[in-house]
Amino acid sequence: MKLAILAGFLMWCMGITVALAQPAPVRDYHLTIARQIVAIGGKPVSKITVNGTIPGPVLRFKEGDEAVIHVTNAMKSEATSIHWHGLLLPGLMDGAPGFNGFKGIAPGETFTYRFKIRQSGTYWYHAHTLGQEADGLYAGVVIDPVQTDTINVDRDYVVLLSDYHQDSAERILGNLKKSSEYYQYNRRTVGDLINDARVQGLGKALKSAKEWGKMRMLPTDLSDVTGYRFLVNGMDQSWTGLFTPGERVRLRFINASAMTMYDVRIPGLKMTVVSADGQPVQPIEVDEFRFGNAETYDVIVTPPDDKAYTIAAESLDRTGFALGTLAPRAGMTGEKPTPRPRAILSMGDMNMELMMHDDPYMDMSAMDLTSGWTKTGAPEGAKVLAYGDLKSLTPQTDLRDPTREIAVRLGGNMERYIWTINGKTFDPKHGFTLGWNERVRLTYVNETMMAHPVHLHGMFTQLENGQAAADRPNKHTVIVPPGQSVSVLLTANEAGDWPFHCHLLFHMASGMMTTVTVAAPDVAFTPPTQEKVEKAGGHHEHH
Amino acid sequence: MSIIKYAVLLVLLPVVAQAQDPAHDHSGAVYNAVRLETGYTWHDGKDVAQWDIDGWVGGDRHKLWLKGEGEGKNGDLSLLYSRNIATFWDAQIGVRQDIGDSDHTYLRAGVSGLAPYFFETEMHVFVRDDGAVSARLRQSNDWLLTNRLIAEPSLAVDYNAREDRALGLGTGLTEAEVALQVRYEISRRFAPYVALSHTQKLGSTRDMAQMSDKPTQETVASIGIRWLF
Repeated sequence: MKLAILAGFLMWCMGITVALAQPAPVRDYHLTIARQIVAIGGKPVSKITVNGTIPGPVLRFKEGDEAVIHVTNAMKSEATSIHWHGLLLPGLMDGAPGFNGFKGIAPGETFTYRFKIRQSGTYWYHAHTLGQEADGLYAGVVIDPVQTDTINVDRDYVVLLSDYHQDSAERILGNLKKSSEYYQYNRRTVGDLINDARVQGLGKALKSAKEWGKMRMLPTDLSDVTGYRFLVNGMDQSWTGLFTPGERVRLRFINASAMTMYDVRIPGLKMTVVSADGQPVQPIEVDEFRFGNAETYDVIVTPPDDKAYTIAAESLDRTGFALGTLAPRAGMTGEKPTPRPRAILSMGDMNMELMMHDDPYMDMSAMDLTSGWTKTGAPEGAKVLAYGDLKSLTPQTDLRDPTREIAVRLGGNMERYIWTINGKTFDPKHGFTLGWNERVRLTYVNETMMAHPVHLHGMFTQLENGQAAADRPNKHTVIVPPGQSVSVLLTANEAGDWPFHCHLLFHMASGMMTTVTVAAPDVAFTPPTQEKVEKAGGHHEHH
Repeated sequence: MSIIKYAVLLVLLPVVAQAQDPAHDHSGAVYNAVRLETGYTWHDGKDVAQWDIDGWVGGDRHKLWLKGEGEGKNGDLSLLYSRNIATFWDAQIGVRQDIGDSDHTYLRAGVSGLAPYFFETEMHVFVRDDGAVSARLRQSNDWLLTNRLIAEPSLAVDYNAREDRALGLGTGLTEAEVALQVRYEISRRFAPYVALSHTQKLGSTRDMAQMSDKPTQETVASIGIRWLF
C-alpha cells in the first residue's frame, strides 16, 4: 500500500516534471524579402515585397509560443531588417540595425528571429532600414491570448492601411531635402490672404500671416508628402470583408502608412473599440477615430443589414481615402464617402512657449486660438475617439509615482527638412539612459506644426490621459498634436538600447530619433539631476 | 591668385570627406540640390544668354556649395564650404573665380539662410586677389499667386570699399538691382519664367558713370526656364 502511494507520488512528480519541461509550442515562419516590379494604379515601379506580396503575410501566434522567424534577404545589394512593432522581446530580436548588436540582414543572408511571445493582440512588422518600410516591407501580426479570447466574434479581419507612392522612399526624401515644399500644393496663396481679409478683416488676416512668417512656419503643414494612393490590405479600394447580417465582426486596424494619419469611419455603423496598440481597453463605442501612424485599434462592428458598408479612412490632408468594404456577398460596393474639407492650422496649434519666447509682449487677443488640427470635420453629435477615453481593461500593476521627468522636445526645421529631438538629429552615441525598473515620466513637447506619432521600441508606456492611475492605457505609439504636450509613464523593465522616434518615416530618416537605454538589472545607475520640463499648450487651460 | 584657390580647396577636401554622417541605416545620407536658370535677354539690340546656378551636395551640417551667374561668356563661379550655424542659417567660405573678360579670383565668405517672413537672404564679402574688398546682399521672397504660379521679387545691393576707376566703381553702395520673376511650376523640377529687372547705379559710382556718359540705370526683361535637379 505504502509502496503504491509512493509510486503514485513519484508518478505525479514526474508528471509535473514532464509538464514543466514541455517546451513552448514553436511557431515557425519563413519570410523572403525581395525587390519586385509592382504597379498599383500607375506605372510599374520597383517595390519591396515579403513572400511576393505587399503587404507581406499576416503572422499569427498564440501567447506563450516560441516564435521562430527565418528572414531571407533576396535583394541584390541592399541590407534589410524586420522590426516587430509593439512586441516585447530581447533587444537583439527587435530588429533595428545598429541597436543591441543587430547588424541588419545582408543581401543573400538569412537571419533567424527567435523570441517568446509574451502578449496578445494586434501588432505589425516592418523594415527598420532606411526607407524600406515605405517601399513595401510591412504586414500585420495577430496574437491570440493564451486563455480563451474574452472577445467573442464571428469574423475577424486585419484591416491594414498603407500609403503607396510612385516615387521610391529614397527619391521622396531626396526631393524633400531639395525643397521641403516639393510635394505641397496646398500652401496658402495671395488669394487666400485676400479671402481671409474679407472674412476676418484685413488687420486680423495680416496679423496671422505676419505671425506665421515670423516663425517661418506654414499653416498648411498637415502633411509633407502628397501623391499617395491609400490601400487597405494592399488593395486599391477593392478589399472586401464578408459578413452575415447580425454577426459580430472584429476589425484589426493597423496604420502601416509611412507618412499618413487618417480619420476612420464606417458610415452607418458604430464601432466598439476594444483594444489600442494591441492592449485591451474597456469597450467604448465611437463613430470614428483619428489614426496615427503605427498605431493599431481593434474595433467590433455588428452590421445589421443585408447591404455593403464602406470602411472609409480619410487622410488627414484630405487628399484621399483608403477604402474597404464590409459586405454580405463579394462584389458589392457601399456608398462613396463625401470628402471633408481640409483643416487649416491656426495659431492655436503653435507652441505657445516658443511664441512667447519669441515675443513676450505678443497680443494674442486677436488670434484664433482654437486648434485647427483637432477639427476632424465629424458631423455634429458624432463621437470621435479621444485619447482621454481609453481605459485599460486590466488594471495597471505599476502605479508608482515617477522619480524623474524627462523632456522630449520634438522640433524641426521644416525649411531644411531637418527634424530633431531635444534640438539634435539622431546620433547613435547619444540618448536617454534609465536605471533598471526606474519609473520615469516622458513629457513629449511638440514645438512644430505637425503631429508626431512617437514610438518607443521594447516597452509599453502608460498614457497619462486623465484616467485613474490603474486605468491608464498602454501605448507603444503616441500622437503628439502640433504645439501640444503629452506625457506618458514608463517602467523601464526591459534592458537594452531601444529606438525612440517619430513614426513619420521621413521625420525619423531626417533626424527625429534617439535611443532609450535601460540598464541591466545588476547594473548600478545614478540618474542625472532632474531637469524642469516646460510644457506646451498651456494656453488651452484658459479657454 | 592661384594661392588662394588652392588653399581654399585644401581646406575643403577633408570637410567634404567628413560630410557623410555615420551610417546607421537610419540617417546620415548625403543629399543634393541644383537649381539652374537658363534664360534669354535682350541688351542693346543683341540676344544674350543668361545663366544662374545654385547647387549643393552634403548633409544637414556640412555642404559643398556651387554658385554662379553670368551673361554670355562673362560670369563668375564660386565654390563654397557651407556649415549650418543656426536653425535657418549657414556660414559659407570659399573661392570665386571670374570667367570671361575678367580673370580675378576672390576669397568669398558670408552667410546664407532664411530670415523671418520667409526672406531668402545671402550676404557675402569678397576679397579680390589684389586686395580690393566688396560685398553683396541679396534677398528674395516667394509670393504664391496660386500654388504653381509664383512671383519672386528680389533685391540685391552691392558695396565697394575702395574706389576702382578701371571698373567704374566708387566707394560705398555702388548698385542696387530690383527684380521680379514670375514662374509657373509645371513641376518643381521645371518652371518657365519671365523676369523684369531694374538696375540703378548709386552714389559716386553713378557720378562716375554720368561723367563718362555711361547709363546709370538699366531695365532688362528676360524669359527662361528654371530647373531643379
